[in-house]
Amino acid sequence: MHELSVAHAIVTTVVEALPAEPPRVNEVRVRIGALSGVVPDALQFAYEVAADSTPLADAVLMIERVPVTVHCSSCERDTTLEGTTGFACSQCGQPTADIIAGKELEVTQIVLDEPVVTGGRV
Amino acid sequence: MSRILDLKKGILAKNDTLAATLRQTFDEAGVAVSNWVSSPGTGKTALLEASLGRARDRGLTVAALVGDCATDNDAQRLARSGAPVRQIVTEGMCHLEADMIAGHLTGWDISDLDLLIIENVGNLVCPSGFDLGEDTRVALLSVTEGEDKPVKYPHIFQSADVVVVTKTDLATAVEWNREAAFAAVRATNPNAPVIETSARTGAGLDEILDHLLAGAAAAAKQFTTQEAP
Repeated sequence: MHELSVAHAIVTTVVEALPAEPPRVNEVRVRIGALSGVVPDALQFAYEVAADSTPLADAVLMIERVPVTVHCSSCERDTTLEGTTGFACSQCGQPTADIIAGKELEVTQIVLDEPVVTGGRV
Repeated sequence: MSRILDLKKGILAKNDTLAATLRQTFDEAGVAVSNWVSSPGTGKTALLEASLGRARDRGLTVAALVGDCATDNDAQRLARSGAPVRQIVTEGMCHLEADMIAGHLTGWDISDLDLLIIENVGNLVCPSGFDLGEDTRVALLSVTEGEDKPVKYPHIFQSADVVVVTKTDLATAVEWNREAAFAAVRATNPNAPVIETSARTGAGLDEILDHLLAGAAAAAKQFTTQEAP
C-alpha cells in the first residue's frame, strides 16, 4: 500500500508549488505509467486521505494512465504494449528493454479556481 | 473562472534527488551498492548471510542494511557473520525510501567498504518505484514460488539489473520448471543476467559478488566520464 506514500508526495509537491494565499484548487492532474507500480484506484483512495485537511481537500485527482511503449533499435519502431509484459517489437519480434514510456509518476497540472476580476483589485 | 497551472514535477522527485546524491556519494567512495527485492520467504536473508560469509572469505569488506516492518531479527542473525549490519525498522511501511538509507549510514565510513547490500522489505510491488541510490537492483525469485512470478509482478522484475534464483538445492523436490521461469523473466526483462544460487550449497555466491562489484565499477566509470571536462 505504498500508494499512500505516493499520495502524500503528490499533496506535498502541489502544496509547495502553490502561491502564498492560494486560490482554491479544483483539480490535480497526474500521469501514472503502467510500470510505475502504482494502482490508480488505490491511489485515488489514498489521495482522499492524504488531501484531507490540506489546501487540496476539495481538489479532485485526475489520473491519466500511460501505457508501456518500447523502442526497437533494429527497425526503429515503437511498440505500445497492452499490458506490462512481452517487451518485444511488434514488427520484428525482437525483445527490447528500451522503455520510452510507462514509468511516469508525475504531477502535470493543477487547475485553480480564480475569482473573476471586475474592475481593479479583488 | 479557472486557470491551469503547468507543474510537470516528478511525484517522487524528493526521493529521486536524495537517491542521486547517495549514488554520487557511493560512487566517490568506491562502494558497490545493491538493493535486494523479493517477496517474503524467497530467502533473501539466508542468501545474504551466505554472501556475507563468502565475501569475508574473499577478503572483501561488506556491510548490510536490512529492512523489515518490525523486529531486528535479521540484523541479529546477520551480525553473526561479523559484518557491520544495521536494521531499518519501517514500522509497517511496505518499502524502503532513500532517506531511510541516508539516516542509517551515520557513523559508518563507507569508503572502507567494498560492498553495501540493502535488503528491502519483503514485497514485490511497493519497492519498485523507490530509488535508494543503488547501482545494482537485484530481484530474487525462489524455486518454491511459481515460475510465472516475474510476469505476475512485472514492475519489480522489469526494473532489476540482475535476477537471482534462490533455493536451487530444492529444485528437483519441487519440480521446478527452469525453462518456464527463465521465459517469464525474459518476458519482463529481456536483458538482465539470471544467477542461480543456493545458500545451502554455496552455488552462485561468487557470481553474485562478482556481478555486484562489476556493477559498481561500471557506475564509477560512468561517474568519472561525466566529471571529465
